[in-house]
Amino acid sequence: MLRVFRYWVTLYRRTWRGSIVINVLNPLLFLIGIGAGLGALVDDNAPAQIAGVSYAAFFAPGMLAAAAMQNAFLEGSAGVARAAGFGAYRSATPTPLRPEQLAAGHLLFITFRVLIASGAFIVVMAAFGLIGGWWALGALLGATLTGVAFAAPAAAWAVGVRKLRHIDTVFRFVIMPLYMFSGTFFAVSQLPEWIRPVSYLLPLWHGVELCRTLSLGTATITGSSVHIAYLLTLAIGGFLVARVTYRRRLHP
Amino acid sequence: MVSTHPLVEARDLTKVYPARGSTPEFRAVDGIDFALERGESFGLLGPNGAGKSTTMRMIAATSPISGGSLRVLGMDPMKQGPEIRARLGVVTQDDHLDNELTVRENLHIYGRYFGLPRAVIRERATRLLDFAQLQEKAGDQVETLSGGMRRRLTIARSLINEPDILLLDEPTTGLDPQARHILWDRLFQLKQQGVTLILTTHYMDEAEQLCDRLVVVDHGRIVAQGSPQELIHRYATREVLELRFRLDERDTAAEKLRTSVLATGGTDAEGRVELLPDRVLVYTADGEAALATVHAMSLTPLTALVRRATLEDVFLKLTGRSLIE
Repeated sequence: MLRVFRYWVTLYRRTWRGSIVINVLNPLLFLIGIGAGLGALVDDNAPAQIAGVSYAAFFAPGMLAAAAMQNAFLEGSAGVARAAGFGAYRSATPTPLRPEQLAAGHLLFITFRVLIASGAFIVVMAAFGLIGGWWALGALLGATLTGVAFAAPAAAWAVGVRKLRHIDTVFRFVIMPLYMFSGTFFAVSQLPEWIRPVSYLLPLWHGVELCRTLSLGTATITGSSVHIAYLLTLAIGGFLVARVTYRRRLHP
Repeated sequence: MVSTHPLVEARDLTKVYPARGSTPEFRAVDGIDFALERGESFGLLGPNGAGKSTTMRMIAATSPISGGSLRVLGMDPMKQGPEIRARLGVVTQDDHLDNELTVRENLHIYGRYFGLPRAVIRERATRLLDFAQLQEKAGDQVETLSGGMRRRLTIARSLINEPDILLLDEPTTGLDPQARHILWDRLFQLKQQGVTLILTTHYMDEAEQLCDRLVVVDHGRIVAQGSPQELIHRYATREVLELRFRLDERDTAAEKLRTSVLATGGTDAEGRVELLPDRVLVYTADGEAALATVHAMSLTPLTALVRRATLEDVFLKLTGRSLIE
């Protein structure tokens, strides 16, 4: 597993500078554009709707979780499908490595990537005074867990995907709606009552809530445990399925 | 340790891909038997879809068998996959090299997959780059290599673990003639060093150059086996007359030939007329005499060529089809 991880790190070493710049620029643009721009509008007109904090403080951890989801999903789907079709998995298949080890090593690397991207995001948040202290570490782990909860099931599915456009479709019709209905940009309590139970079932909602309560310092043991349990189930379940699907694709 | 067991032994080996959605069940390999001894160079010959690559994957312990039995290096590929793979070198049809990494990094990463110590990899990589004539390219990104160089790098990479058996799946498909000859030379050198080769090919000249023993497969079954010379002797005639006709004449000429003494006379292997899309082949012991017969039938081929029979003819004779369709 570590040998596979080392391979991905070797590749990453060639591009890490560019990817760190993106990791920092991305949240910077979001926090300036939406946090400060849209936030001014929200804070002036409807401050009560979002738990009494500034819109930027409310939005930033939501975006942190959503960005972790997006990064992890793309790495775990397109990255995996490419590796399985004509990339790294193909060259590693004839070696003593087992398909399960390829899955574990790649997921470990994706976890590492999400950790770095989330770390960069939190540094930017701290620069805006939106997070601080030990809570930041909690939010970092929360965001990383959110990423893994998406990466593992995505990899389990994508290793069998032969047409990359299927990934676009899932991104458009699964991942994008999750952004909208998981409380990223606004509180779920602002949605019509009948749709709220749906939101509570969405994995990203659990990621957003976990990161937001940790970031605002309002986390409770019970609440966080539920979110963590939900996300861990997805991550572990995804990995268990991936062990089977990887073998099916790579050892047909 | 000297072992008397064959390196690879297959009995009634079968591979069935189960039906999936609208694709029906497919018997890719349908009960084949063979044994491979150490130092031997063994070729699987057949058209696309004959089951060659599937057989290779089963030997390489990267595809579970569906029936029969298979032993590789005395082990069971279903149970000891990683142990078997540790002692094989595999050159797949596509190179699967890492374009973004350098030539040397590709060797290094691959060696690490085998769990080899860095120092060992470094020493072997230098030797293998030498062997593959890629010393000057060691620091270049793989992206910049030509097709022939990529192929040589893939072979060098497959040797990093000093394998007992080297499996090559269509090693020279898609290469230009010069690159093929360089590659053959390298493979021949390996063979001289005592490396056991298993290769699939649909190039007859390749099989004749590299293989001590051939198995001809079609539709997942073995249709013949033997040394290249034995196969030619057994299934083809000494000479072949190749005729090309004008388009408007072709069908009538073919019909005439098919009913002529050329098609019906002679022994079993002889006296056979084969119609291909672009030419007519006449199998005969004496090509010149056959050509005289053709002229006597007042047929006027555009070109006529008498040549020695090859494995291509063996395949045609055995399956009624040409290898590259």
